[in-house]
Amino acid sequence: MLEVRNVTRVFGQKAAVDDISFTVEGPAFVGIIGRSGAGKSTFLRIMNRLTDASSGQILVEGRDILALRGSAQRQWQSDCAMIFQQFNLVPRMDVVSNVLHGILNRRSTVQTMFNLWSQADILRALSILDRLGIVEQAPKRAEALSGGQQQRVAIARALMQDPKIILADEPIASLDPMNAQVVMDTLKRINVEDGRMVIANLHTLDTARRYCDRVIGMRDGRIVFDGTPAQLSTGVARDIYGADASFNEAATSTAIPADHGPDDAYAAKMLA
Amino acid sequence: MADTAFGPHPDRGVRQVETAYLDLVRRRRMYGGILLIVFVAMMAAGFDLAQSRNAGRVIDGLPMVLSFPSEVISEAWDKRGNIPALLAEHLPSLIETVNIAAVSTLLGGLAAMVLALLSTRGLARWPRLTPVFRRLMDATRAIPEIVIALMLIYILGGGPVPAVAAIALHTAGALGKLFSEVAENADLKPVEGLTSVGAGWGQKMWLGIIPQVAPNWLSYGLMRFEINVRASAILGFVGSGGIGYDLKIAMQWGQGRYDQVVAIFLLLFATIVAIDRLSDHARARLVKGRNA
Repeated sequence: MLEVRNVTRVFGQKAAVDDISFTVEGPAFVGIIGRSGAGKSTFLRIMNRLTDASSGQILVEGRDILALRGSAQRQWQSDCAMIFQQFNLVPRMDVVSNVLHGILNRRSTVQTMFNLWSQADILRALSILDRLGIVEQAPKRAEALSGGQQQRVAIARALMQDPKIILADEPIASLDPMNAQVVMDTLKRINVEDGRMVIANLHTLDTARRYCDRVIGMRDGRIVFDGTPAQLSTGVARDIYGADASFNEAATSTAIPADHGPDDAYAAKMLA
Repeated sequence: MADTAFGPHPDRGVRQVETAYLDLVRRRRMYGGILLIVFVAMMAAGFDLAQSRNAGRVIDGLPMVLSFPSEVISEAWDKRGNIPALLAEHLPSLIETVNIAAVSTLLGGLAAMVLALLSTRGLARWPRLTPVFRRLMDATRAIPEIVIALMLIYILGGGPVPAVAAIALHTAGALGKLFSEVAENADLKPVEGLTSVGAGWGQKMWLGIIPQVAPNWLSYGLMRFEINVRASAILGFVGSGGIGYDLKIAMQWGQGRYDQVVAIFLLLFATIVAIDRLSDHARARLVKGRNA
């Protein structure tokens, strides 16, 4: 379904993404981990066509989406939703309007400028908000919501797009643990219930282990690990984060695979 | 949802939100529609009124709009050989005009800085006096420059000083309002940091606010400089010297002097372009630092 072939992005002299290739079959939940500056965000931005690749191909159902231009590119963007670390909502518009932005590509400019959405569109936006448990917030301005609620509005906007692939760039990095769990659970539910592929950049190993079917580790723009969460050993984690033997797993809120202590502690804290 | 606990309809909460939101949308659209109708009606009525008070008919006059400019340009084109010499001839008076504009922008801008900081909510030295400073700025903006200039010319005689005073006064009010709006949006955290080390009001403003607002203040200031070049040219018409006086003479003479008119407009256009380029450059410097 998704095939990434030798994608490279060079900024000045430095390759932010350096010749990466992988294939994903079917609607998997893929986590990309690595320290900051490893090229995780750049890769997701390339997939959504927010940033151009220097070379390489990304084939989605046989079509090279890096070669698209103009309206074909915007149509791809409308089929490939992006969720950002800082939510990237329009703060002064109400929640429903923000969700309706998901179908901007499929409606005329004049209609959207005057906010003339059809009743069917509005009801669909409200039902998505209801599914994510924030329908009571519908008439409020996006800026009035808490971080976790705003991220769920961003996910609702993504669902409004009815995308095949959802990209999430550090979706929980600016949320507290409680909201982080709600957001990750929501993403997982969408992945399982709707069968949409989710590719998420994550900065903590335990989140990757808990939610992903497959984990890709990046370091200095290259893929240094590609496997199941069970294969993520301490040694592999050291390799991904470029740390030596003194690597402290707690520094990335990591739990050693054999040791469920921190996970259990986390769960206990969640339930407390 | 609290509602779900009360009855056998788990959907009721959602239905309520749906109807409430659709009502909200309907209400917003109705207000938007009413505003649009009012706007169109006012424009139509206003046009009728203006039409009835016009000496001629606007529609009939429209084809004639371009006749004067085309007369000027065609005559200037016939005598295009004269233009370089005319440009050189009028350069000294252009310099006088630009000087008037520069001095008045500088004086008005300095006054505007002080007035802006004194009348901004959250920054003012004496918060209770902010309305006083605001009304002061309103007053300087309300009086047309040309009225002040004529009054001062009557008292002081013709020349650049009345023009400088008139333009500077207006600039202080106009820039003061814009400066204060920029300062209102400045981040107050740096100011809090300076307060925590015991800084005085002047120190807080100079070191905490000015660095933040400088790029916007500068571009507003240079924009005002452009406007003031034009204003000082207009004041030349009423006897304060500069290129406006030359333009008045050339236009009064009518046919036969249109090459001069075009030369003067070219000089003014070049001046505005030069100021605009300068503004871009200075702003980039301030925003991105010396290496930009």
